[in-house]
Amino acid sequence: MNRSRWKEWLGCMLIALMIASPTYATPIEGGTLVWGRGGDSVTLDLAQATDGESIKAGIQVLENLVIFGKDSMDVEPQLAESWTVSPDGLTWTFQLRKGVLFHDGTPFNAQAVYDSLARILDKNHPFYNYGKWKYLSLSLDQVSEIKIIDDYKIALITKKPYAPLLNNLALWLCPILSPKAMAEYKDQIGLHPVGTGPFKFVSWVKDDQIVLERNDAYWGGKPKLQKIVLKSIPEPSARLMALQSGTIDIADDLDPDSIALVKKNPNLSVIERPSVNIGYIALNTERPTLKDPRVRQAISHAIDKDTLIKTIFQGLAIPAKNPFPPSIWGYNDRIQPYEYNPGKAKKLLTEAKFPADAELELWAMPVSRAYMPEPVKTAELIQAYLAEVGIKTRIVRQEWGTYLNKVSNGEYDMCMFGWLGGNADPDNFLYGLLSADTAKTPGAANVSLWKNTEFTDLCLKAQKTFDKAERTKHYLKAQEIFHDEAPWVPLAHSTMVRCFNKKLHDVPLRPNGLNSFQMVWKEQ
Amino acid sequence: MQLRYVANRLSQLLLVMFGVSILVFWMLRMIPGDPAQLLLGEYASPQALAELREKLGLNRSYAAQYGIYLVNLFQGDFGRSVRTGAPIFQEIWIRIPATVELAVAAMLIATLLGVAAGIISAVKHRSLWDYTAMFLALIGVSMPIFWLGLMLIYLFSVRLSLFPMMGRLSMGENLPFVTGLMIVDSLLSGNGTLLTDSIRHLILPAFTLSTIPMAIIARITRSSMLEVMHMDYIRTARAKGMGEATVILRHALRNACLPVITVIGLNLGLLLGGAVLTETIFSWPGLGRYVVDSLMARDYAAVQGCILMFAGMMAFINLGVDLIVALLDPRVRIHG
Repeated sequence: MNRSRWKEWLGCMLIALMIASPTYATPIEGGTLVWGRGGDSVTLDLAQATDGESIKAGIQVLENLVIFGKDSMDVEPQLAESWTVSPDGLTWTFQLRKGVLFHDGTPFNAQAVYDSLARILDKNHPFYNYGKWKYLSLSLDQVSEIKIIDDYKIALITKKPYAPLLNNLALWLCPILSPKAMAEYKDQIGLHPVGTGPFKFVSWVKDDQIVLERNDAYWGGKPKLQKIVLKSIPEPSARLMALQSGTIDIADDLDPDSIALVKKNPNLSVIERPSVNIGYIALNTERPTLKDPRVRQAISHAIDKDTLIKTIFQGLAIPAKNPFPPSIWGYNDRIQPYEYNPGKAKKLLTEAKFPADAELELWAMPVSRAYMPEPVKTAELIQAYLAEVGIKTRIVRQEWGTYLNKVSNGEYDMCMFGWLGGNADPDNFLYGLLSADTAKTPGAANVSLWKNTEFTDLCLKAQKTFDKAERTKHYLKAQEIFHDEAPWVPLAHSTMVRCFNKKLHDVPLRPNGLNSFQMVWKEQ
Repeated sequence: MQLRYVANRLSQLLLVMFGVSILVFWMLRMIPGDPAQLLLGEYASPQALAELREKLGLNRSYAAQYGIYLVNLFQGDFGRSVRTGAPIFQEIWIRIPATVELAVAAMLIATLLGVAAGIISAVKHRSLWDYTAMFLALIGVSMPIFWLGLMLIYLFSVRLSLFPMMGRLSMGENLPFVTGLMIVDSLLSGNGTLLTDSIRHLILPAFTLSTIPMAIIARITRSSMLEVMHMDYIRTARAKGMGEATVILRHALRNACLPVITVIGLNLGLLLGGAVLTETIFSWPGLGRYVVDSLMARDYAAVQGCILMFAGMMAFINLGVDLIVALLDPRVRIHG
């Protein structure tokens, strides 16, 4: 056998092996997926949902006009087939998908879109009082009018040209529900969601389980799984044991130690994605001690983010240098992060004449989040780093409601904070958290109270531009200003993790962790 | 006489509930934390916060808030949950059967095993039996429920696959809500498979929850039995030539069981107040978890409703215990 023949033969063998191996088998229909998670959903009417457990269940049942990609945060069509923006940037026209049915058999059309969206916006709409639209500012705040053009065409008119609208619509907050069901269930619609999604709602036992069933008539192709059971398993070690023993197929929100065990288990899989969040330390730029950018730069140089990620995040994060994560477009990768350098930090502090006797408050979050898994330990670590360069700090702890209140009033020196930019638009982070417009107390979202005119102008220009390249240019520049001025110390972007049984295939994971399970299938 | 006594106790109950409602109302509001802020979280806009505070009536004085609450309460309206928007009464109603089923099963196990262990160690006083039983009781009362629950899951569910590790029924199964008690509902629907299924789900959590009351009951039974066994009437009974079993079960136990019944009643009341840890470990959808979650979210109406419910149940159980004791002990007379 000569060399090339031998290679051919080996190739054939490999292909034969691949065909024979079960992991390459074609998807199997049927089966029940059991999804273990930490808590129960609050409501399945996503327009009212503010918590992750509600959203991950609800998006199996309800759909939007547009949605993020399966594994990315790029916006794709869902119930809208296509869309156009008028030249003045004020009118968004959506061409709707035809032949789609709600789970109750009623047809999906422009009226359904109108009723689903107008109920959030229009105080005179008959469904307005059926819900609490808590996150209006993240969804349709900029929309002034909704107009039905024909049965399958609808227009949204905004108050000003507002490019982030499309990403906002791709969030969970603007789902399209059956008008018949909304009229029937009134304020109980969150317990009986009727949408167009790949799975139909079947039953809900509070604090126990939600059962969903395949929608055979799904417009995007029949889903593979017969049933999804979302099971509340509040105790993380019980959740881990349930995954290990095969009682459940997916276990959410495991701690890093458990994830390490899952990785070692031959029957289990782990997929990881960079998330769309950021954990940071906000520096109150209105405090005399922190007014000088050199002091803020010194603080940035004093903190060793790599050690922080290794110890606190146990490796499940990447260090942050910009105010939003690299999984979102417009990220400025040319920025050189402030390296860990206590010597340089001390030099900057001397230059800025930082008072040696000053003691700064360091506010530690009382709750843990994915972007800040161990707030108190993090605060202690940062306290130690700052002491090393001669900055004395006192850790302040407050109950969460008080914390949010005080911090958004600028009543602190340094505070730990974070953000999950669900809509994956840089605007959400840059304008929302750092512009002069949002730095007004009380209730400032820009808790650093950093007011930079050039930065704010760039954000506003980008909002009015619909050309992505143009917007990117503005955002790249804005990130440079942020870097030089250092109103925050960006710490880390945590990693999204999904742990599941190897019997499951085609398990998706979007950077925001929220996916439809239409394509998922399970070996029997 | 008996009826007047019960009526009297019930009217006292109303007073107690009134006191509890005031106490809980004020205590909850002493805890720092703004429900509106907690509800809306870090994404809240100041306008949304102000609107929600207005909607929830948080801007009014505490006295006014309490007044409104009380008026509604007398109309049978416990208020609405700020988290889910559902009526509190409904929220409690759907969760209470799970708690009742678990608590009653745990008390059954605790009473059966505890009383048996107590009798054996009293009868075989200072024997190996006695020492073993009392050593086990010591372990039972001091073992952290959390650890025990996880160990039981690991051994019986993961390793031996004997019992399911979570929930009240197998994944995806459901019974139409009649009483909410899975054992009763499965009997009513004549579904034998689900009956066994629900019992199998109940065993591990009920056993975990039973250990502490079981240990207490065993010790009380033992000391109470020891006291009684030295009484003259026991000697008389034996002298009459009665069998030892009859002496112990009819004469001794009947007299020794009074303090035991009180302890059982108290513990049942405690367990009905929600077994947070056991419910958490075994993913049991009961009231205990609900109260803790509600407290964390400063869902005032929910916590108030649950505490009132607990206070009411506790009072009823106390009344029940008093009546049973009176029934068993002719010396105890009830005066109206």
